[in-house]
Amino acid sequence: MRHGDGQTTYGLQIQPRVGFFTDTSVCIGCKACEVACKEWNLVPEDGLVWSGNSYDNTGELSANTWRHVAFIEQQVDDGFRWLMSSDVCKHCTHAGCLDVCPTGAITRTEFGTVVIQDDVCNGCGYCVTACPFGVISKREIGGDGGMHKCTLCYDRLEDGLEPACAKACPTKSIQFGPLDELLERAHGRLEDLRESGVDDARLYGADENDGVGGMGSVFLLLDEPEVYGLPPDPVDPTRNLGAIWAAAAAAAVVLAAGVAFAFAGETDG
Amino acid sequence: MAEPALSYYGKPIIKEPVWKTEIPHYFFAGGLAGTSATLSAAARAAGNEPLARRALYVAAAGVTVSPYFLIKDLGRPMRFYNMLRVFKVTSPMSVGTWIVAAEGTSTGIAAACQLFGVLPRIRATAQAVSGLLGPAMATYTGALVADSVVPAWHEARHELPLVFAGSSAAAAGGIAAALTPSERGRPARRLGIMGAVTELVTQSVMEKRMGELVAEPYRKGEGGRYARAGQAALLGGTAVMLLAGRTRVGAAVAGTLLATGSWCTRFAVYHAGKTSAGDPAYTSVLQRARVAERGQPAVTRYGKTPFTRL
Repeated sequence: MRHGDGQTTYGLQIQPRVGFFTDTSVCIGCKACEVACKEWNLVPEDGLVWSGNSYDNTGELSANTWRHVAFIEQQVDDGFRWLMSSDVCKHCTHAGCLDVCPTGAITRTEFGTVVIQDDVCNGCGYCVTACPFGVISKREIGGDGGMHKCTLCYDRLEDGLEPACAKACPTKSIQFGPLDELLERAHGRLEDLRESGVDDARLYGADENDGVGGMGSVFLLLDEPEVYGLPPDPVDPTRNLGAIWAAAAAAAVVLAAGVAFAFAGETDG
Repeated sequence: MAEPALSYYGKPIIKEPVWKTEIPHYFFAGGLAGTSATLSAAARAAGNEPLARRALYVAAAGVTVSPYFLIKDLGRPMRFYNMLRVFKVTSPMSVGTWIVAAEGTSTGIAAACQLFGVLPRIRATAQAVSGLLGPAMATYTGALVADSVVPAWHEARHELPLVFAGSSAAAAGGIAAALTPSERGRPARRLGIMGAVTELVTQSVMEKRMGELVAEPYRKGEGGRYARAGQAALLGGTAVMLLAGRTRVGAAVAGTLLATGSWCTRFAVYHAGKTSAGDPAYTSVLQRARVAERGQPAVTRYGKTPFTRL
């Protein structure tokens, strides 16, 4: 059974690590996930505007959009195709946002998911710069000032329910469950698609050797990740923190030596 | 953008930092405070009282305004104290909070004792603590921005702390030189010049190592403008300090130029980060190159041409 980093913290209360498998090949772009998420989590309305980008009027994941359906219109050899994909927080195994949070507001739950405790967050915004996927942002609505993102419906998980988006998805494009099971299902689905000639199908986030140690949200995509607005090689910046602290320590030593050197040859009086 | 990159309607892949201009202001004030504190402690050890006193007051001013900038930038300023409920080495901001708290307290005590001429032993202890923490205060901010997914910051991770160290030395040395009688100001003048040179050289090494594309935000747009202004001010300040630093007017002009240069550098780094995050190509092209370098087989790309609307 795969667990998140929280195993030592939660002891016997630890639960199997759960996540999402978003199979974009069966997404129909109905946005039921977006609506269910907004309703269940009381995510505020953040503007009703036409973006002009196909059927996407939400734009991107943010503090006020925790599920975002991307619509991509493509000209292909035999005409036209439409890619649709419901994006969400990746609940990374090594989560940059959690690493850098200076208040401890961002925690890993007993389900291996990553949650921002709204009553602790002081709105410093460091997590925003540490997320390789641009998931987190600041909520300005109503003078909130805090950072927000998908909680993988932590409250529902505690009551044994599945997240609102997965529950609302009419095509099982969004599947919820123990991550082990989802990964197995994702690989099976990939194999099926490849066999039926969909050569461009690929999994995203299913490799635990990637820059974030594997994602809690796994995707089956039909084109390059960037086409969906996803980074092709996401890395938790804290992975390089050893080198960063070393550079800072070296710079501090150089600075101290420089100050001492400035006094070289000085005499008292 | 020279290189075409795949993207979703040209939207950024990562989010632009939400930090406002309080943050580069803080980088400047915090760096100035930290290095001034160390300069003051060193001057005291060397028996240079006039320089020690002035640098200490500059440090005190710096640590006084720093928390203002930091707290003002928070989305929920009334909760700033939540920073003090944990200590996390994985978060340079958490480590930095404790450095700022300790540096602020020790510098404040030392400066107050100095000002009122009381408690010499406590002043000496506080001054020693503040002097030792100074370099950490001046460099941790480089680590803070480097520990992010913003390409212009993360790819500069090996050099940014040294750029910030040089920048803070240029400002601290320059300002102390401007305030101190010239016969006692030599160490400050030397520190200012060394700082400016370190900053200029390290910044150029940094940009070279980052490569044309990733370093672009330091050369173009808002970041580029601040960077060029900073370089000009630092070069000018160094030249004036070398030629006329021994005169009161010369030191004042040079010190102002060096401090301005240091301030511009912080704004250049800040704006470069914003630009770097705002364009998906910086993230995508960089990561694509990494994938290619690992020799991962490219998956068949199907229909990459975006559909053209009528």
